[in-house]
Amino acid sequence: MSEFAAILHDMLGAAGVPDAARRWADGDRAPGLALWRRLAALGVTGLAVPEKRGGLGASPADLVAACAELGHHAVPGPVAESVAAVPALLSALDEGALDDTVLDDPAAPGEWLTRLADGELIATLAVPPRLPFAADAEAAGLILLAEGDVVQVGTVPGMGTVAGMGTVAGMGTAVASRRSVDPARSLSLVAGQRVLARGAGPAVARAFELGTLACSAQLLGAGRALLEASVRHASTRAQFGRPVGSFQAVKHKLADVAIGLEFAGPLLDAAAAALAEGSATAARDVSAAKVVCCDAAARAASAALQVHGAIGYTAEHDLSLWLAKVRALVPAWGTQAEHRDRVMAELAGGVSS
Amino acid sequence: MTEGPVGTGGPESFRGEIRDWLASHVPNVPLPSVDTAEGFERHREWERELAAARWSVVSWPARYGGRDATLAEWLAFEEEYYAAGAPVRVGQNGLFLLAPTLFAHGTPEQQDRLLPPMARADEIWAQAWSEPEAGSDLAAIRSRAVRADGGWLVSGSKTWSTRAAFADRAFGLFRTDPAAERRSVSKHRGLTYLLLSLRAPGVNVRPIRQLGGGTGFAEIFLDDVFVPDADVVGAPGDGWRIAMSTAGHERGLSLRSPGRFLAAADRLVALWREAADPADSAMRHRVADAWIGARAYHLHTMATVARLSPGGGAGSEKSVPGAEASMGKVFWSQLDLALHETALDLLGPHAELRGDPWLEGYLFALAGPIYAGTNEIQRTVIGERVLGLPR
Repeated sequence: MSEFAAILHDMLGAAGVPDAARRWADGDRAPGLALWRRLAALGVTGLAVPEKRGGLGASPADLVAACAELGHHAVPGPVAESVAAVPALLSALDEGALDDTVLDDPAAPGEWLTRLADGELIATLAVPPRLPFAADAEAAGLILLAEGDVVQVGTVPGMGTVAGMGTVAGMGTAVASRRSVDPARSLSLVAGQRVLARGAGPAVARAFELGTLACSAQLLGAGRALLEASVRHASTRAQFGRPVGSFQAVKHKLADVAIGLEFAGPLLDAAAAALAEGSATAARDVSAAKVVCCDAAARAASAALQVHGAIGYTAEHDLSLWLAKVRALVPAWGTQAEHRDRVMAELAGGVSS
Repeated sequence: MTEGPVGTGGPESFRGEIRDWLASHVPNVPLPSVDTAEGFERHREWERELAAARWSVVSWPARYGGRDATLAEWLAFEEEYYAAGAPVRVGQNGLFLLAPTLFAHGTPEQQDRLLPPMARADEIWAQAWSEPEAGSDLAAIRSRAVRADGGWLVSGSKTWSTRAAFADRAFGLFRTDPAAERRSVSKHRGLTYLLLSLRAPGVNVRPIRQLGGGTGFAEIFLDDVFVPDADVVGAPGDGWRIAMSTAGHERGLSLRSPGRFLAAADRLVALWREAADPADSAMRHRVADAWIGARAYHLHTMATVARLSPGGGAGSEKSVPGAEASMGKVFWSQLDLALHETALDLLGPHAELRGDPWLEGYLFALAGPIYAGTNEIQRTVIGERVLGLPR
């Protein structure tokens, strides 16, 4: 674990995240938003923001390390969106390096980036059809809608105007949003309000890769937390006069979870490296990482529920926070089928490892 | 990745050199099965050709016929070797199981005497671990060695001994302190790691026909076979600890380098491009998973190597620790099966034809979850020693 990840792990471990997630689910986002401000103070929200805009300009590998910890602790809020995808999108627009991009408000991306890094702004986005909903729009001060190569500032009809500025807390009502399987997550259909950029296809594509990478890292971290919880429970819960973890059926199930998580990590690291290098195989590598992180986390979730038994099936037990998070993130940022198809589309061309 | 090798221009030039050599030396027609008398000798000749060009044991020190290659270079060698479709390594038990043990626990005299003929395939080694009543419960072995003048007299039987039908020598564990066995808590004690000649008086080898028809393993019957003190590895009674260090090599990095799975995954993708119905998304996704698995194993191995480096070659004491190696063993054995089962499904009705490399590879892969410690034993090791679950 990197030093940064260790600091983040310690901070989140002491921050009462499960309680913040439960209150977030009940519509009281204050503790969760306070947590996001602490993440900003540590630099997490500025990892993908360039240094000239007040961020850290960190590598995708650092983003992976941080998002894995956010997943490990089941932090509520639009993590992949606000920490990875939106900063990547805005950075590309801010650079103006994309020849065909036309910006209607050239100053806006840079200002938003600074506010993201400062923790004054939380952002979310929708990229239909693959990412049809914006996550946690109620908590976001900026909602983006990317369709094709057009990026718009969006709004959630019925939720009030989202100007992209102003306060981030308690912005709207929950009327316009739909509930996710993860109670600490809402889903909103976004309507375009005004065009921000045209010809932004490459910027949107890169944002999608980084969002997928961050989501994969969250899943891997959540999977690790589920395995740790399972080992703790199986070591203390006794039946037939023995800890249930001494039974081979339990031991072998958790061994398979450990193997899945162990072999997912290197694919995630390779995807981060490919994105950092701008490698031609980056899309394939990101998809491979998403496929295995989803599978490993889903296996961890199913084993964790089974090992915990009835207590794990309750909303009271904190395990439910991770189970729901994994179930919500598995189909987000591209389905397993789409990602396997992206891998095979690359291999169909004869490109090899 | 790691520092450059001795006497070459770095890993990529090393890779280029082996690739060129393989391109001009790998037999065009596959050799007869290694599990026949003729095939065994043909594979021995191939090993000698490798050794003559100093390719048989690249990670070993030059004085034993190697090239002092780094782990990263050894992995590059393995990738090129399997990508070229080069023959099965008939000396694999000695090269990948015994040699690391000798580097770690052997005396300088044993290393000087045993390693060069192993590198040249003048002596091909079989393993002699399992017994009829000691498979997964390896410490339950009963074959005994009793003290004799200048050495030990060994009696008992070993089974599932890979390559023993045609090999020259064998290494294994034998009980030298019968009292320890009776104290059930300490059956791991009183075992001694011995090297014996399969040509010695009192040795009787009975080949066993395998599922695929070959005689890849055999039973070994031992009746007062003399083993000189010089052929005891480590201290008498310390055999379990020494054998477990060898078992780690078998499960982990040294026996199953990623090269063979990358090569198989590339062949699978090629087969899919040729033979698959483009509309069959289920098959496409299985191929994707198999290819991703091979890549995961490769990347995981490279990460492990990066963590273990700097250091000597794969022949020295730098393999994956036992408990972590158990995760790799379960992973690669399942991956190997998935790669081959997917290919067989792509081949359709042709998949039952003997002689097809995918079918022959599949029959070999079927044994993967069983040998080198069954996957059930590995999962128990992972549960207790990696995860810390109660015994």
